[in-house]
Amino acid sequence: MAKVEQKIVPLNGDNAVAYAVKQCDVDVVAAYPITPQTIIVEKFSEYVADGEVDTEFVCVESEHTAMTCCITASATGARTFTATASAGLALMHEMLGVASGCRTPVVMSVVNRALSAPINIHCDHSDAMCERDIGWIQLYAENSQEAYDSIIQAFRIAENLDVMLPTMVGLDGFVLSHTLENVSVLPDEAVKKFVGARQVPMVMNHEGKLVPFKLDPANPLTIGPLDLYDYYFEHKRQQEESMRKALDVIKQVHDEYAKQSGRSYGNGLVEAYRLDDAEIATICMGSTAGTVKTVVDELRENGIKAGLLRMRAFRPLPVEDIVSNLSGKKAVAVMDRACSFGGNGGPLFHEIRHAVYDLPDRPKLVNYIYGLGGRDTPPYMIDGIYKELQKIAETGEIENKVQFIGLRE
Amino acid sequence: MSPQKKGWKEIPLAGACWISSTEYKTGDWRSYKPVWNTEKCTRCMFCHIYCPEGAIKHDPETNNMVFDYDFCKGCGICANECPADAIEMALEGKE
Repeated sequence: MAKVEQKIVPLNGDNAVAYAVKQCDVDVVAAYPITPQTIIVEKFSEYVADGEVDTEFVCVESEHTAMTCCITASATGARTFTATASAGLALMHEMLGVASGCRTPVVMSVVNRALSAPINIHCDHSDAMCERDIGWIQLYAENSQEAYDSIIQAFRIAENLDVMLPTMVGLDGFVLSHTLENVSVLPDEAVKKFVGARQVPMVMNHEGKLVPFKLDPANPLTIGPLDLYDYYFEHKRQQEESMRKALDVIKQVHDEYAKQSGRSYGNGLVEAYRLDDAEIATICMGSTAGTVKTVVDELRENGIKAGLLRMRAFRPLPVEDIVSNLSGKKAVAVMDRACSFGGNGGPLFHEIRHAVYDLPDRPKLVNYIYGLGGRDTPPYMIDGIYKELQKIAETGEIENKVQFIGLRE
Repeated sequence: MSPQKKGWKEIPLAGACWISSTEYKTGDWRSYKPVWNTEKCTRCMFCHIYCPEGAIKHDPETNNMVFDYDFCKGCGICANECPADAIEMALEGKE
């Protein structure tokens, strides 16, 4: 597939998401506004009012209902989308498990924002980290361009018959959601063709007949009923299998999209930046990676072998990519924009440290909790992390395994 | 775990039912079993009417009340409602 001609539109992250959803031929959007996601549903409701989309827009009274609407619509074979943030995602929690358990490929943008209390509207990843084990695919965008690209890819990933799992795309609140950026957008027709029509697998119904996996009066089917000790475990194992299959699907969809757009993000799962010959590296997710890249470039100019591994996929966790990219590194800092209270470091640190455990030449690993509640993360702060890593690489000694950076004592 | 039950690779997604719910025998949930006393029973059919599972029927040929133990969950409503005290709830295995 050849690269298609694109136009550049100034969009903030939220508008970039709304624009992508407009192009994806979505049947049902059910959403409730919450800062910093509001612009997405606000803009999308304008598209609906102006007749630019053929979408049923359901105004609901809460995020719990927004997700319920999306699940039930998706169970009929519809393509569905919603957006939320922070407390909204937390309120959805119960239904997120129903979405993944019912294998309804809902796509949702999560504009990452701190959780209350105290109330805070700014960015960190604590909202989505709380949903780590709920069975959703989690992708994180570095910039608004990637948020646009990832939403389009998310429909293909979620609806893939080997996957059939709901997918959330995270973008950093305010840093991306409310910041204007030049975004290259594909023509409507190209996106429509790329996402295609939603497919559903065939399943056995109660009469022993193969029917499409959707709620349809012509072919009655029960989805997600009571499932006790005799079959629940088997259904959970199916979800885990689909998560593992999603690793390949995310890469395939990413590569196919890259051919059309000319834009790629590592291999779709992780993005290694100047990492090949690096001795020290950081790992992070989201918009912070942009700042880290600038710092890495400066360090490289001074002959310091620094690199970055950006996690684009957090669920499923690309273990092989983490292992192959970190093998042989001397010292690595994992940057967590969330705190796992009482845990042994932040949630991303848990994952990375666990993934490299079997490496005979595993690097020294440290953890930095940063940017909670939108605390600024300027280049000098990241530079400080690399300085610390240089010291660890030289001495092999770790003074503080888990540190809070950008925090006043 | 029963060996004839299907594995995770065979069953449809999301608990989609591939067999009718009538195949799902709920009788093994029971810990107390209703035991019918033909002598005391007046065939008033209260038990048949009150049973929430539809597990008690009257056989007109034998004039017996027939309990379907594949589906009786042992709730005891029949014994409670019986005006003739003709149903006794006995601990499963001890009846």
